[in-house]
Amino acid sequence: MENLLNIFVKSIFIENMIFAYFLGMCSYLAVSKTVKTSFGLGVAVIFVLGITVPANYLLENYVLQEGALAWLGEDFANIDLGFLSFIMFIAVIASMVQLVEMIVEKFAPALYTSLGIFLPLIAVNCAILGGSLFMQEREYANIAEASVFGLGSGIGWLLAIVGIAAIREKIRYSDVPAPLRGLGITFIITGLMGIAFMSFMGIQL
Amino acid sequence: MSSEKEPLFSSKNLKLITTPLGAQNPITVQVLGICSALAVTAKLEPSIVMSLSVVFVLVFSNLIISLLRNTIPSRIRIIVQLTVVASLVILVDQILKAFAYEVSKQLSVFVGLIITNCIIMGRLEAFALGNKPWPAVLDGIGNSAGYGLILIIVGFVRELFGTGNLTFPGFGEVQIVPDIMYEWGYVNNGLMILPPMALITVGIIIWVQRSKNKDLVDVS
Repeated sequence: MENLLNIFVKSIFIENMIFAYFLGMCSYLAVSKTVKTSFGLGVAVIFVLGITVPANYLLENYVLQEGALAWLGEDFANIDLGFLSFIMFIAVIASMVQLVEMIVEKFAPALYTSLGIFLPLIAVNCAILGGSLFMQEREYANIAEASVFGLGSGIGWLLAIVGIAAIREKIRYSDVPAPLRGLGITFIITGLMGIAFMSFMGIQL
Repeated sequence: MSSEKEPLFSSKNLKLITTPLGAQNPITVQVLGICSALAVTAKLEPSIVMSLSVVFVLVFSNLIISLLRNTIPSRIRIIVQLTVVASLVILVDQILKAFAYEVSKQLSVFVGLIITNCIIMGRLEAFALGNKPWPAVLDGIGNSAGYGLILIIVGFVRELFGTGNLTFPGFGEVQIVPDIMYEWGYVNNGLMILPPMALITVGIIIWVQRSKNKDLVDVS
């Protein structure tokens, strides 16, 4: 339990997707103009990360890894399909996003109208594939750890995008030098927020 | 289209290579492909290797998609593009693991993330789907070179000021700041190697570029 809490806190604050690894920067920069839309996108990212990371964890451990096919019988014990992982992960993500979109549309139309346009965009968000690849690289011990990592990373991403959106709403009234306006100042502010987030480094529960 | 054959390097085609280096730079102007651009730039060597990988993937995926553009049904084009890109990235990943294992460890997940690099999908959607193979290849070269240019500048600045050395692929670390500077009291800026400085460096590059070229200034 303590271990899970540790992974959770670590993935939100210390190994924040945006400030430590710059994942999902494209949509982070493009959609962070108002707090409302960025919150919607953040929720969608949490949703999709929370589903795809455990799904890919199962795939990695029962199909792709070296020796993972042992449950099929003796003959399969030595097969290593690791080189297929990129293409399998992206396929799982793309189909999961499609599936989630259909389910949400059917059972929660209100949520669908608010998330609607963002859901398909998420399939090519680096943060989602990044979550699965980090899960693969760090070799989490069980599916609970992987799910907690997925959720935590999503929440960290939400925090970052809502934070920058709030700052950008305020900064519209400030006198920024013309060449820095828009993209430039957003980069620099993100850098400063990243420095602030670095103060969480080394926290262990 | 006129039946007359256009020369391979006509001025229109050369423009496809030169504009993405400056006025249409994928990172600083089109805001594409930032995700992987920042994380690998703590040193010069991974930045160069990453740029070369992106050149390879973008040129060939542009070529393949452009050759297939009349046969891909538009409804499933995204999945076709993802499959082509993912196969090329697997190739790059396997080659790096075989011949440059150390660098591939440093790049870790970011080689895989070329798949979702917005620059690739962006160029496929915006250019390769509507153009002939040869312009598509040139567009791929131009855009990936523009991407690589920024990566290498950022990697150069960060490693030089962060450690005083530069690492080149094949040569290893070369000390640039002379010992005598350290004796006089010069100190490396350790902050440059940390992730946030990548963002600030790119921010400053954008600032410099936009003050030189007033057309790019964001008016909103």
